[in-house]
Amino acid sequence: MPGLMIDRDVLIEAPAEVVWRTITEPDQMSLWFADRVDLVIEPGAHGYMQFGDQGGPVVVEIVDPPARFSFRWNYPSGEEPVAGNSMLVEFTLTPEGDERTRLRVVECGHELRDWPDAEKQRYADEHREGWAEFFDRLATVVGKRQ
Amino acid sequence: MSSQTDDELWSAIGDPSRRQVLDLLVSNGEVSASWLAGQVPFSRQAVSKHLVVLERAGLISRRKQGREVLYQVQADRLDQASRAMAGLAAQWDLRLGAIKRLAEAAHTENKRGYAENKSGEGHDG
Repeated sequence: MPGLMIDRDVLIEAPAEVVWRTITEPDQMSLWFADRVDLVIEPGAHGYMQFGDQGGPVVVEIVDPPARFSFRWNYPSGEEPVAGNSMLVEFTLTPEGDERTRLRVVECGHELRDWPDAEKQRYADEHREGWAEFFDRLATVVGKRQ
Repeated sequence: MSSQTDDELWSAIGDPSRRQVLDLLVSNGEVSASWLAGQVPFSRQAVSKHLVVLERAGLISRRKQGREVLYQVQADRLDQASRAMAGLAAQWDLRLGAIKRLAEAAHTENKRGYAENKSGEGHDG
């Protein structure tokens, strides 16, 4: 799904280190994501995630505790995920006070890994606004026609 | 979500210039490529290319009227894209909600453990 971009965030009443363990430890991942997670949290590591009776390979990209974690997946096609055939999921953890963390997730089909952070941010900002506006307008138009 | 058609759909909408063309079609109904070219900061050729991609993705359709070709959006397909997008976003909201609950429970547990250790030390010492 090149071009698609999802951007969501949540405020968590826990320090970044705790949130980090929740999103990266395979036992924990299986509580909020896949049913079974076989994955070593190291950059470039190849693993596998099982969803119900289907599953697919996953490749770890960035591991920067407790601030940034990303992986690439292309569930449910089963092919080895590389840029162009898969979605990149990137978590960013930002402390807001002592025991509070903003967790943001961006899932997109573009190859952002090699981009400078500033460039990536600019792209994300532009697209987030673009998408939001676009779908807001769309919802209005579609609503009117129904 | 993983079919060839969906890939075409998302890459069609993923480009900001194409969203601009699509936006114009959404707001203005049936219009020609020349009219569109007059509304955007890119060339007539670029507009034509974007129209081809949008049409291939099923997002717009064309009709000949006299010597002109008119384009309009396919509302069903746009609606489908919009729902799929909202579905994916909702899925991530559920996952983030689960992460929040797990992390907050773990944090409360850690704090309780720490407090018990401290009071334990107090009693022992």
